[in-house]
Amino acid sequence: MADAPRGRALGGLRPSGALLGVVPFFAYTTVFLLIPTLVVVIGAFVGTGGFTLDNVTGLFSAGSAYVTALEQSIVLSAVTALIGALVGAVLAYAVSTAKPGGVVKRFVTSLSGVLAQFGGVALAFAFLATFGGVGYMTKVLNDLGVSTGSGLWIYEWNKGLMLVYLYFQIPLMLIVFLPAVEGLRPQWREATETLGGTTWTYWRRVAGPILFPPFVGATLLLFTNAFSAYATAKAIVTQGAPLVPLQIDGALTSEVLLGQANVGRAMAMTMVVVVAVVMVIYAWVDRRASRWLAR
Amino acid sequence: MSTGLRANVHRRQRMMRWAVIGVVLVFFALPLLGMLDFTTKDINTGARSLATWRTLANVGQINEQYPTLATGFVNSIGLAVITPIVMLVILVPTMTWVRLRLPWLNRTVEFISLLPLTVPAIVLVVGLTPIYSWLTGWLRFLLGDSIGESTLWLSLAYVILVLPYAYRSLDAGLRAIDVKTLSEAARSLGASWPVVMWRIVLPNLRTAVLSASFLSVALVLGEFTIANLFSRTNLQVAMFLLAKSNAQISIAVGLVSLVFAFLVLFAMSFIGGTPGGGLRHRRALRRSQKETA
Amino acid sequence: MNRSLTRRLTGVAVIGLAAATFAACSAPSSSSGSSTSGSVNAASAKSAADFGGMDALVAAAKKEGKLNVIALPPNWANYGEIISGFESKYGIKITSDQPDGSSADEISTAQRLKGQSTAPDVFDLGTAVAMANTSMFAPYEVSTWSDIPAERKDANGVWVNDYAGYMSVGYDSSKVPAPTSMADLLKPAFKGKVALNGDPTQAGAAFAGVQMVSLAEGGTAGDIAKGVDFFKQLKAAGNFLPVDPTEATITSGQTPVVFDWAYNNAPISKQLTSWKVWIPDNAVLASYYIQAINKDAPHPAAARLWEEYLYSTEGQNLFLKGAAFPVEYDAMKSAGTLDATAAAALPAVTGTPVVPSQSDNDQATAYLKANWAKAIG
Repeated sequence: MADAPRGRALGGLRPSGALLGVVPFFAYTTVFLLIPTLVVVIGAFVGTGGFTLDNVTGLFSAGSAYVTALEQSIVLSAVTALIGALVGAVLAYAVSTAKPGGVVKRFVTSLSGVLAQFGGVALAFAFLATFGGVGYMTKVLNDLGVSTGSGLWIYEWNKGLMLVYLYFQIPLMLIVFLPAVEGLRPQWREATETLGGTTWTYWRRVAGPILFPPFVGATLLLFTNAFSAYATAKAIVTQGAPLVPLQIDGALTSEVLLGQANVGRAMAMTMVVVVAVVMVIYAWVDRRASRWLAR
Repeated sequence: MSTGLRANVHRRQRMMRWAVIGVVLVFFALPLLGMLDFTTKDINTGARSLATWRTLANVGQINEQYPTLATGFVNSIGLAVITPIVMLVILVPTMTWVRLRLPWLNRTVEFISLLPLTVPAIVLVVGLTPIYSWLTGWLRFLLGDSIGESTLWLSLAYVILVLPYAYRSLDAGLRAIDVKTLSEAARSLGASWPVVMWRIVLPNLRTAVLSASFLSVALVLGEFTIANLFSRTNLQVAMFLLAKSNAQISIAVGLVSLVFAFLVLFAMSFIGGTPGGGLRHRRALRRSQKETA
Repeated sequence: MNRSLTRRLTGVAVIGLAAATFAACSAPSSSSGSSTSGSVNAASAKSAADFGGMDALVAAAKKEGKLNVIALPPNWANYGEIISGFESKYGIKITSDQPDGSSADEISTAQRLKGQSTAPDVFDLGTAVAMANTSMFAPYEVSTWSDIPAERKDANGVWVNDYAGYMSVGYDSSKVPAPTSMADLLKPAFKGKVALNGDPTQAGAAFAGVQMVSLAEGGTAGDIAKGVDFFKQLKAAGNFLPVDPTEATITSGQTPVVFDWAYNNAPISKQLTSWKVWIPDNAVLASYYIQAINKDAPHPAAARLWEEYLYSTEGQNLFLKGAAFPVEYDAMKSAGTLDATAAAALPAVTGTPVVPSQSDNDQATAYLKANWAKAIG
């Protein structure tokens, strides 16, 4: 305790001392993250004749496919983030009640760690092999009398692709949210019960508010994860680029429509803007939720 | 408090636990079974056949036919070791320090940590191109061609990729412990800052650190786009080339790499001690029980 | 509040300064660009004669010992055999990067890895991308230059066509009936089964697929309205599959019908015996790919030897074996050096092959840009 007031007083006079501690982080991210992002953002405003706003305005012109792709991307990311967060949170809670150090906990967390990064062509193939036209689950479902329609539902961005995205969203939520759930002390539960509260009271008044900020943070992570995921989508939906990362891929690597590189960068810049907006919303929610926590 | 109530709670908890985990595990297993189904089939006759797995088991022949697989595997292992270490060295002290001394920087650090996710890999490569040209230029000048162009330098970019996930895990862990009180207590007892980090903060963050490392290793083992676009070989790139010649073997290798990554993570969960509890915790509990007895 | 604003501005200033400093200090350039063998600068050699003969070229290439190729999948026009043939003939190790790369990826990788030893040495590009980037190529004329028709090469040797493919429809005969006309593909037997190799606004193979269908439906390679309309009908019938067809999806039965180059469809029958290739009557669309050498190739002598190999009888016959139409076909036929069995195994075509011109492609591109997403979406 003796150190704290002195530190704070000195902190007011010498801010630079404390700042030194974060220099490594900022130096590293400046070189490997901020400068690359700047390269992309600057590229968004470069045209054949130098500085131009055409790349950006062209994206939002009437009838542009990009606006539809942006809407669909946001919807897809939001839905998979919410569902993934809810299922993942329940799963995290279930895992946290298991014996610490037991096989179940280790197994589920290791499996989730692997599946959270499982994506791309391999995941697309695995899902097609399961739920596609000739997939074995499609046969099972048909035998059980469940109609799978034309079998083409898996290729639509708002049906099959959502299911595929959940496959890596749920494990990611587990991994990221588990530390928060494990931070719940059993003593708090006991205290609630001692004071006459039920399970519902515990969740509503104690565990809920404590878990809410990390829950929202994790959901935000899931949102941006789905928003920028593209390898899986590219393997399943090659036609029409219904999502933003696919539009960017088309702009950057097309063999047919050339010279779109800076349009691709403009698209990437709008992605950063969208996430910045979502982050602002999250910051506001977080501030309100943490108000009573004296941290 | 009656023991019946406690026992009821525990029983309900156990049922819920098995139900939830069971359903989710079935969901996870379905596509993996689809992959297994494809690799145990004879393409032309549709009959069950283990030919693909038998070919795969012949490691010597695989190595001869697809030499890049071995190179990619070794590179991925190296990357999977370096990336989490660099990530932890950069993130844990920074996040703790921000929490303790520079709370006004919290939002900035959070936004920067989330930024890598907003930029899809193909675009990040566009931005990283000048960085890596510059970096490789210097590395080749200082360390020679073969070390300067080694795939292992990709770990610097991978740390950036893993930043969002690691930040979220560590943040959840840091919120759960009262860093301020712990560090002030340690400092008032005479500990220096490195000691505080290493012996107070880190052990209390065990689950979070492990989660963050899990995600780093899994990300590195599953990363394809950046390595591919920089024409470097890692496990996924090698498997992709393999897929071009023989589809069944590539799916089989894909399954094997998933199992391998799983085993690595499973082993890692033992390194950090038991997650969320720990040997020390149990020892301390036993000691306190002895004292009160 | 004021202090925190100052702090943030300081942060921004620091980042800006860092960016400027970084931009200014790049490493002293090492002399890895040009490799000199004896007194010959390999990077500026325009023919084997500049080296002092083929043997000197072979020696220079062997000294370099390595070659980087890019975007050459092993089953594409038999590149797998060509690569291993080159490796065993000259003992030069080939690194094959980004097998699934597009032509645009080849160019951007060359720019990305400029100056490094992993940069691509040679390119195999679609016409559109090649013509837009001729400034990146080094001129070189192979020894068999005279065997290549004049319209298939650049007069200055900057680029040269290497092989052509016919657009075809590959199908699994055990899963679908053999199609005899485009209209067959609209029937219920093909429900959820027909895939195009990519998006026509992005991939050259898919683009040519739409052109071929347009020819089959009575249009031309430039006026592809009928082709796009056909795919619209295909989608409406529920037969069109938006999946990216790969060896895995084909052999597992997920994509039983695929529009792709004949040299991509033909090798599948090695893995899947019931796979057949069909080219519609009087709708033969041929497209040539372009071979070029990277001006900043890290292994210039090996790159030039690679081109010599591709245009030798051996290399051209290997293309033929992969169901691709080698550019020296006519010359080799009259000289009798053509591989007869491979030539006989080419998919049967009726009618004259149509090679789209630049204006055809421009017209088709504009139409696709305006109409494809609407037709398919």
